[in-house]
Amino acid sequence: MTRVALFVTCLVDAMRPQIGFAAISLLEQAGCTVAVPDAQTCCSQPALNAGDADGARTIARQVIAAFEGFDFVVAPSGSCAATIKVHFPEMFEADAKWHARATALAAKTFELLSFLTDVCRWLPHDARLPGSFTYHDSCSGLRELGVMAQPRKLLAQVGGLELRPLDGNTVCCGFGGTFCVKYPAISNAIVEEKARAITATGADLLLGGDLGCLMNMAGKLHRTGSPVRTFHAAEVLAGMADGPAIGESV
Amino acid sequence: MRANQPNFAARVDAALASPTLKTAIDRTTGTAERNRARAVAAWPDFQAARDLGRDIRAHVVNNIDHYLVEFERNALATGAKVHWASTSEDACRIVVEICRAAEAKSVTRSKSMLGEEIGLPHALEAAGITRVETDLAEHIIQLAGDPPSHIVWPALHKTREQVKELFAASHRDPGAMEDVESMVQAARRELRAKFMAADVGISGANFLVADTGAVCTVTNEGNAELTTTPPRVHIVTAGIEKLVPSTTHAMALLRLLVRSATGAELTQYTTFHTGPKQPGDLDGPDEFHIVLVDNGRTNMLADGLAEMLRCIRCGACLNHCVVYRNIGGHAYGGTYPGPMGSVLTPALDGLPAARDLAHACTLNGSCQEVCPVRIPLPTLLRGWRDRSWREGLEPSSVRTALGLWKFVATRPWLYRLATAAAVRGMRLFAKRGWIEAMPLAGGWTRHRGLPAPSGGTFMQQYQAQKRKAR
Ligand code: SF4
Repeated sequence: MTRVALFVTCLVDAMRPQIGFAAISLLEQAGCTVAVPDAQTCCSQPALNAGDADGARTIARQVIAAFEGFDFVVAPSGSCAATIKVHFPEMFEADAKWHARATALAAKTFELLSFLTDVCRWLPHDARLPGSFTYHDSCSGLRELGVMAQPRKLLAQVGGLELRPLDGNTVCCGFGGTFCVKYPAISNAIVEEKARAITATGADLLLGGDLGCLMNMAGKLHRTGSPVRTFHAAEVLAGMADGPAIGESV
Repeated sequence: MRANQPNFAARVDAALASPTLKTAIDRTTGTAERNRARAVAAWPDFQAARDLGRDIRAHVVNNIDHYLVEFERNALATGAKVHWASTSEDACRIVVEICRAAEAKSVTRSKSMLGEEIGLPHALEAAGITRVETDLAEHIIQLAGDPPSHIVWPALHKTREQVKELFAASHRDPGAMEDVESMVQAARRELRAKFMAADVGISGANFLVADTGAVCTVTNEGNAELTTTPPRVHIVTAGIEKLVPSTTHAMALLRLLVRSATGAELTQYTTFHTGPKQPGDLDGPDEFHIVLVDNGRTNMLADGLAEMLRCIRCGACLNHCVVYRNIGGHAYGGTYPGPMGSVLTPALDGLPAARDLAHACTLNGSCQEVCPVRIPLPTLLRGWRDRSWREGLEPSSVRTALGLWKFVATRPWLYRLATAAAVRGMRLFAKRGWIEAMPLAGGWTRHRGLPAPSGGTFMQQYQAQKRKAR
């Protein structure tokens, strides 16, 4: 059996644990044994994006040590997976020993949805959800990891669920991690346009693969009174989208 | 960086408050984006062409001294005079001296970002020399007293309606100006006589061809030709990185440049200027000067920014940038806006004045995805962030917050306690699933609702499940 370590991601841990449970369910359906290493906190992005390279390396070493013993590392986020897969090796370019460990970890790290299709060759068989959805392609997953066809392929298997294409689906939503609170006015202008495009699809649901972007868009949809409800794609695929959407209370 | 301007946040607010700016930006960049997509789709070997473009530019940048010497030798052989300027001040001084020696009262200029970079419009004004802009967009911003807001369409921030008003107010014979064409005609009537009367023409260069000593310019209005042919003296100002080994290389880059900029196959006018008028030539200037400008470029080479010197100024990264598309060019505060400007401005104007530019980016990667010479713009922006951190330019509030976060994030047991407490605390502010306001979250909640944490942390719930299962 393939031993997969789940990198929960700090946002899923704190803000929406059900995405983590959906990920475990999907990975198990795909035939993996899932472990959740205790020593995980965050992927280091806040430090990395702030320019604190030493700080980022400190956290990255912790991630490497906690996860390198598994066959695969999977995160329900293109952004966190890309940090490990793309940026960890770059961070240790001047340190041969850690560079080797970072590169080895990078090779077995994947974003959840693309891992299910590309590595496990798995597709859902009995998921059903009547309604329509639109899909936003989050930037890191899309451009750093090439995640685009995979979530659509998986969601096409969900009975009764119809895709309404989103105008500008590959345009950034304005989240950008700490960008959205450091430059709130710019971020707002970007997400306003995004929310308009989402609402204009007339879809019941907005789906995506990154909680940060989803919270940003859901938060704007909420403020603009849009009826569109937001879920992580994993929740839909795991049959866990019958509960409250992002921002809805139980 | 233009002197006495308000800070970045204030410039952004001003841009976002404009009722017309977004419309104006979207009209031009939206068209450019669609046309580029069409051109790229119709070019099966586009990705290979980008590799070639990157390799040509990288080769030149890595061997710049060799090609500079070769270009100078061949340019001199055509009868051109070659001048070297290490700073923007040197460059302006050289240009003004040439104008004075020619006893020039008026000069025509065709669009050149390098000219803007070195502050040439101001230097000419200060020297009492009348400056006539031959590029329609440059003419518009000269009338409006604005700096350029895009490297390809300098007047992109003005709507047609605003240009019409501007012409009506300042042209002697504006006419009816019912459509764009009649507005162009209005500008022609205003400017034509001035073009012909100019003593000196000043242009930039798209490429400097090393093996022939030629200067290549591309325009859509044919204005570079008007700038460079009628006057007695032609001055080219060009950054030293504009070199290409040969005409063949220039053509390979030209295809990438034009398709990336406008989606067209070629510009209307592509001209190779070689030296002054020769016996038997029908027209051409009596004197041909080339001013080669460094202005920080050799420092960039030494400072890890060699990749940025590959830039061919196509503007695609601006057109595809969500930040640029919302705040426009002026908010950036430097000569060059958008992603390429955010990398260049700290090098040109100093990091302390420009540190915001490196951060005001979501790192979404669209710029790198479209750059015809594959410049890793997000990586270069990260480089500025790292440097700003190392040099202690980051605000102490950021350093303190990040320091605290690191302390907790490197101790998983403490992190578990802290996140559980934070989640409990946040839930106190929630109403029906949403947090509409909360201390320290104003940056988020001012513009959007914050979805409240849906329950205890994943780690708490997961541990509880595991305990139950045992
Ligand atoms: S950085 Fe690349 S995309 Fe941007 S202007 Fe330069 S060549 Fe064009």
